[in-house]
Amino acid sequence: MKEYTYTEKKDTRSGFGAGLLEVGRRNPNVVALCADLIGSLKMNDFIKEFPERFFQVGIAEANMMGIAAGLTIGGKIPYTGTFANFSTGRVYDQIRQSIAYSEKNVKICASHAGLTLGEDGATHQILEDVGMMKMLPNMTVIVPCDYNQTKAATIAIADYQGPVYLRFGRPAVPIFTPADEPFVIGKALTLNEGADVSILACGHLVWEALEAGKELYKEGISAEIINVHTIKPLDKETILNSIRKTGCAVTAEEHQVNGGLGESVARLLAENYPAPLELIGVNDRFGESGTPAQLMEKYGLNAASIVKAARKVLNRKS
Amino acid sequence: MTDLRKLESVASQLRRDVLRMVHAVKSGHPGAPLGCAEFLSAMYFSVLRHSPDFDMDGKGQDLFFLSNGHLSAGWYSVLARSGYFEVAELGTFRKINSRLQGHPATEENLPGVRVASGSLGQGLSVANGAALAKKLNHDPNLVYCLLGDGELQEGQIWEAAMFAAGKNIDNLIAVVDYNGQQIDGPVDEVMPLGDLHAKWKSFGWQVLEMDGNVLEQVLETMDQAKRLCGQGKPVVILMKTIMGKGVDFMEGSHKWHGSPPNDEQLAKALAQLEETLGDY
Repeated sequence: MKEYTYTEKKDTRSGFGAGLLEVGRRNPNVVALCADLIGSLKMNDFIKEFPERFFQVGIAEANMMGIAAGLTIGGKIPYTGTFANFSTGRVYDQIRQSIAYSEKNVKICASHAGLTLGEDGATHQILEDVGMMKMLPNMTVIVPCDYNQTKAATIAIADYQGPVYLRFGRPAVPIFTPADEPFVIGKALTLNEGADVSILACGHLVWEALEAGKELYKEGISAEIINVHTIKPLDKETILNSIRKTGCAVTAEEHQVNGGLGESVARLLAENYPAPLELIGVNDRFGESGTPAQLMEKYGLNAASIVKAARKVLNRKS
Repeated sequence: MTDLRKLESVASQLRRDVLRMVHAVKSGHPGAPLGCAEFLSAMYFSVLRHSPDFDMDGKGQDLFFLSNGHLSAGWYSVLARSGYFEVAELGTFRKINSRLQGHPATEENLPGVRVASGSLGQGLSVANGAALAKKLNHDPNLVYCLLGDGELQEGQIWEAAMFAAGKNIDNLIAVVDYNGQQIDGPVDEVMPLGDLHAKWKSFGWQVLEMDGNVLEQVLETMDQAKRLCGQGKPVVILMKTIMGKGVDFMEGSHKWHGSPPNDEQLAKALAQLEETLGDY
């Protein structure tokens, strides 16, 4: 089992900010828009270096999505920045018609996703965004796990032609992926090989999955940990190969179970290789105020829950 | 010099096309495109700098966006009549496997369409973005956007209006099809728009008005609008039109917003409109 360690914790939104600056330097067609949340989205460095390629639209997210669609007509690659809640549910029809159906090359960059937004409470803690976005034809959905991967994904999506939903968050989390690891859309990463159970996680839950793997190892259970950073298109091959080997799986995500990564995996298994599956996520309820750690504990989105689910799914297998 | 008779003949043929298209599939929206026949004819045969060799980015050309996508039959007609695709394709409107969707779409690569529209209120935002791209690309051409008057009830329109003025988008001309009718009745009864001239002005736009059914006025006002561009403010034209214009029993009534004529009504309507360019 490979031991993953970290020396620093950082927020994934800062990875987005750093990636945006970098991709802005590499590609002159990259432009950015924000709906009054520049600081929260860490867009200041890009704005400072490329003031003429940034558009502040104010608190008008619907308009921002339309403007982004329009900017692609003329060859620009717009990155929109606001909270995940205002990047999806608030503007679903604008994304559906002007971006997804119209096949526009817009990168919808969404911060403060999930429970870990914390104290602001359920009005802002969107847990349905991945589901909404993955249902849209033409849309790619990416949920990176740490600062480095978010930065790499932010850079990589400029080279992909088509709409992308990139979801990241607010809290500081361990940086454990290599800074120089290129991001490949749709290619899940096997972080640890194992024989007994596959643990498929995305976003903040990937680190928790690694922690769970350590705990399971102590119990003599060999877990295969896979970072499924792209929810759509799903890396069917990597996931199916893993579960053909282990015979069961746990999914873990900071999202409703309805519509999330787990559901995509459940469908994949049902259609190709029925096997026991446990789904870790929020179960059909809204969040609430609290610290990120308290909320993840209360809603069962941590290593301890993954360990429990792994034991359960192993029992179901035998 | 624009040949007025040419524009009139296009407008008359466009009306025939629209009526025959919606009649053939017993669905669609004849009222608004009948009212905008002169405007669409003037745009594609005189005002716009454009090429039927369609290119999505439209660099070096003017761009036209149809925000009120239910005008599709009229738009398809003028696109076909100006060479974007074969006129015969108008016969596929709203049918299975057609590029001429009920509301405009890009998925089937129909030349002339740059973004889907139909769900109202989104076109002016897209036009804003396209106008910004033109500025970034140092492309001096203009962006036009046609809006419905009922559509102005959507909040996003006013987000876009605030943005265009606030960010000095002065290469953008919006045109409001002010026919005063929407599906459920007269706009003033459904949800009054109030003093539209004052509203746009207070949002920071330069406001012009014209009778959209009088070609000379359309040409003159569009010319004036072009001259107002580049002065730091966007331009809007309140274009009075008559819904159903050109067919006496359709004129001025919201009943023809989204209802096709039956066989008898079609014959009666076509008798009032000269076949100038040959029916498709």
